[in-house]
Amino acid sequence: MPRAMINVPAKAKRGEVIPIKTLISHVMESGFRHSSTGQVFPRDIITGFVATYNGEEVFRATLFPAIAANPFFTFHTVAVESGTIEFEWTGDNGFSGIEQAKILVE
Amino acid sequence: MLVPSAAATPATMQAAIASVIRGAKVNPGKIKLDIPPLVENGNTVPCSITVDSPMTEVDYVKAIHVFTEKNPQPNVVSIQLGPRAGRASVSTRIRLADTQTVVAIAELSDGSLWSHRVDVLITLGACLEDS
Amino acid sequence: MSPGWSARRVAARLFAIAAWIAPAGVACAAEIPLSERRSGYEQMSSDLKAMQDEDTSNPGMLWVLDGEALWNRKTGEANRACADCHGAAHESMKGVVARYPAFDSKRSMPVDLEGRINICRTEHQKAPALAFESKELLSLAAFVAQQSRGTPIESNDERLESFIEAGRKLFNQRQGQLDLACAQCHDDNSGRKLAGIPMPQAHPTGYPVYRLEWQSLGSLQRRLRNCMIGMRAETYAYGSPEYVALQAFLMWRARGMLMESPAVRP
Repeated sequence: MPRAMINVPAKAKRGEVIPIKTLISHVMESGFRHSSTGQVFPRDIITGFVATYNGEEVFRATLFPAIAANPFFTFHTVAVESGTIEFEWTGDNGFSGIEQAKILVE
Repeated sequence: MLVPSAAATPATMQAAIASVIRGAKVNPGKIKLDIPPLVENGNTVPCSITVDSPMTEVDYVKAIHVFTEKNPQPNVVSIQLGPRAGRASVSTRIRLADTQTVVAIAELSDGSLWSHRVDVLITLGACLEDS
Repeated sequence: MSPGWSARRVAARLFAIAAWIAPAGVACAAEIPLSERRSGYEQMSSDLKAMQDEDTSNPGMLWVLDGEALWNRKTGEANRACADCHGAAHESMKGVVARYPAFDSKRSMPVDLEGRINICRTEHQKAPALAFESKELLSLAAFVAQQSRGTPIESNDERLESFIEAGRKLFNQRQGQLDLACAQCHDDNSGRKLAGIPMPQAHPTGYPVYRLEWQSLGSLQRRLRNCMIGMRAETYAYGSPEYVALQAFLMWRARGMLMESPAVRP
């Protein structure tokens, strides 16, 4: 499992707009770097990131090599109900990472 | 006659933008691209995008796209949002190869397109490692 | 190319003579007073400070998470985890790295954090040493160093005196094709700009550090090597005693400042 750090408020009021922060370990090899002997380091990046809230998609990003190593995203979502927010990253060479966070909505 | 340098790809950026907007008109405004004007290291540049939108079921931001002019590739990120976002405010970290212009475009639910262009100055660290 | 007796050297000699008058544990020249010691953190933009300040935002924390897993994993022929001897790191390692490099009486010399981890690996876990700058070594170092975050740096072990002195000499000696000494940038010109970037005082408060230039976490040894390459000087091999001596001096020079590990730097 790739290392990731997630920040989701544990509790929120119904209807509140909450910030979510995500950080995942990934070198994001751009595919544009060369060794000193002229060989290209092949591209190896995360290409997709999706957040779902009790199964419903609330955020989606398509990443290109211009996203910095150890991709970081902050975004917002409405605290509609208690449940699970799931985060999934996919990328080159079959990269896959899944994290979950629980939220209590009052 | 001015000849563009090999690294600069404003034409490629225009082409990348064109494939997203598909001939529709883009107006400046509503979207704000926040990047520090002077960047310590182009490898990791904090970047925030906010769009002035109520994010209701009938009036919301569908997508945000970011492009660069002088990176080896013009696309940076494409983000899909919806009314569930509550606020069209996203932050990430991007790579900027050189001092250049960065463009962010917002697609709204009514089909309108809005843009913001920012010039960024990249300084490099003084003591670099040999590759 | 400056002549042998530059104005700075003359000034330093005079200062050294003047400094004998002032009471000091280890007699010194041109030491930055505690109230004027500034971490490189303070010269960063608010965006980079924000990157360091919050754990979810700080890429160095990814290595800390990995290090925590390694701390608890049994390994080597002894099938022992760090935790088996040291228990919970937040208790046993609290404040430890703020007093590094630490004198090893068996070896009669100071050992830095990475060196100490490998001594434990080879002698107590009976596992092979971890390679310098390897993910595992950096993760363990980050996890252990993070337990000292917020702790003031201490340097008052008399047994370190000769090593601190050796480090001071290295810090002050001119080297490389640019014939520069560390002190010329980091003592004499800190705060001024070089290639658009403010020159830091160069305190080791945040190691191992997530350096944007590396897009990765790295050790103090790696950073010192970067400096030496920048000065067009021959680097010492990884693990050389010169790095430990330099670190002993830098930690002494930074005493009283708070640890920030894992820090973020450009």
